[in-house]
Amino acid sequence: MIPASMAKIRVMPTLLFKDLGLVKGVSFDSWRRVGSVMQTIKVYNLREVDEVIFLDISATREQRPPDFALVDEIADECFMPLTVGGGICALEHVRKLLQVGADKVAVNTAAVENPEFVRSIADTFGSQCVVVSIDFKRLPGSGARVFTHSGTRPTDNDPVIWARRMEEMGAGEILLTSIDRDGTMTGYDTEMIRQVSDAVSLPVIASGGAGSYHDLLAGVRDGKASAVAAASIFHFTQQTPLDAKRYLHDRAIAVRL
Amino acid sequence: MKVAVVDYDMGNIDSVVRAVEECGASAVLASNAKDLENSTQIILPGVGSFAAGMVGIRRSGLDQALNESVLNRRIPFLGICLGMQLLGKFGYEGGKTSGLGWIDGEVQRLTPNGHGERIPHVGWNTVEFLQDNPLMRNIPSGKDFYFVHSYVLACYDRQNVIAKTEYCGDFPAIVGKQHIFGVQFHPEKSQRFGLQLLKNFLAI
Repeated sequence: MIPASMAKIRVMPTLLFKDLGLVKGVSFDSWRRVGSVMQTIKVYNLREVDEVIFLDISATREQRPPDFALVDEIADECFMPLTVGGGICALEHVRKLLQVGADKVAVNTAAVENPEFVRSIADTFGSQCVVVSIDFKRLPGSGARVFTHSGTRPTDNDPVIWARRMEEMGAGEILLTSIDRDGTMTGYDTEMIRQVSDAVSLPVIASGGAGSYHDLLAGVRDGKASAVAAASIFHFTQQTPLDAKRYLHDRAIAVRL
Repeated sequence: MKVAVVDYDMGNIDSVVRAVEECGASAVLASNAKDLENSTQIILPGVGSFAAGMVGIRRSGLDQALNESVLNRRIPFLGICLGMQLLGKFGYEGGKTSGLGWIDGEVQRLTPNGHGERIPHVGWNTVEFLQDNPLMRNIPSGKDFYFVHSYVLACYDRQNVIAKTEYCGDFPAIVGKQHIFGVQFHPEKSQRFGLQLLKNFLAI
């Protein structure tokens, strides 16, 4: 059971940005356009969503820095917490993103290429604003592996060991995404979420695969996640973050209503 | 009305400026004594470590300017998150460092209390009022606000604690001493009730 002293479980829509619009794919591929950023942010703000994750999924691959002007514009409409990721590889990027209104930054590829980068963000801006994003895939025969560059490049890192390493480096949260489940709406990889949640004492955000309110519940109850992130469920179905929270609330999960 | 939002290179000033504007006031970024002088209210935002925060404040002589404006001229002051913690006498994040020292207390790291609490404390949590204060006008006790922090301002004097939140035991969510206030959560990111709190502060 969730003790009374815990923070509320957060339900977080993930917005993936690519080529001037929001997209959603399946297993980090087959991208479909799902609308404009500003419109979506305004709707979520109006509906008092718990928190929004905005990921620019082409920045790293195109080797460009985050789009600060765009984040500035988004943050101006966003009176809710905003985590921004994609292309962040210098302290100056973090400083600028926080300045224009991001509350947290998500780093993925840059953390793998230089784990000390996570420590330097934590030392300068505090652990609470560093979300380490871990994308993983299960490989037949060799267990699970962390991938970088929006799921295109495999590494030798095991997600559980990597999460622990990132905690040591000063990460404040782990955003854990199953590439296999992403966009499939077949449910989270709760087994991996549970393993990572047990391995670290940081909040873990479950991501990749949620297709129903029950999947969100499983992420919390079975995966022990502190927050559940989802995209397809909110883009392609009638299900909403608010109804999701009512569902969780009815099943004794503490949420903000 | 001219609200000074202190800019000392420590984080989300733009969100705070936007929220102040949303409350119908105009905000100016203040990075030196002169910017503070003519303000009607002062907001000290901030994310980051205590030591880095004090370095940022001292670098531009803002500590003395703040003492002058807040303690001598009695301009209403609101510290947010790190900005609240800096009100204390000492902090230990990044080495023992003296704070502004306006509120009797020191900044300590949250320690899990056997309920599986994860650190940092991130997300929405309940703020329970312990005292009546104009800062909470039109906000019911027990509403949720957005927190993201690993440290808290432990107050020596309970009189200064206006509201508390339960996490790793309980900690001061709002402190106040006359015209000086601090909130551990982010009103600028706490939607309806967050903006209400800012409006209340601007009316003080």
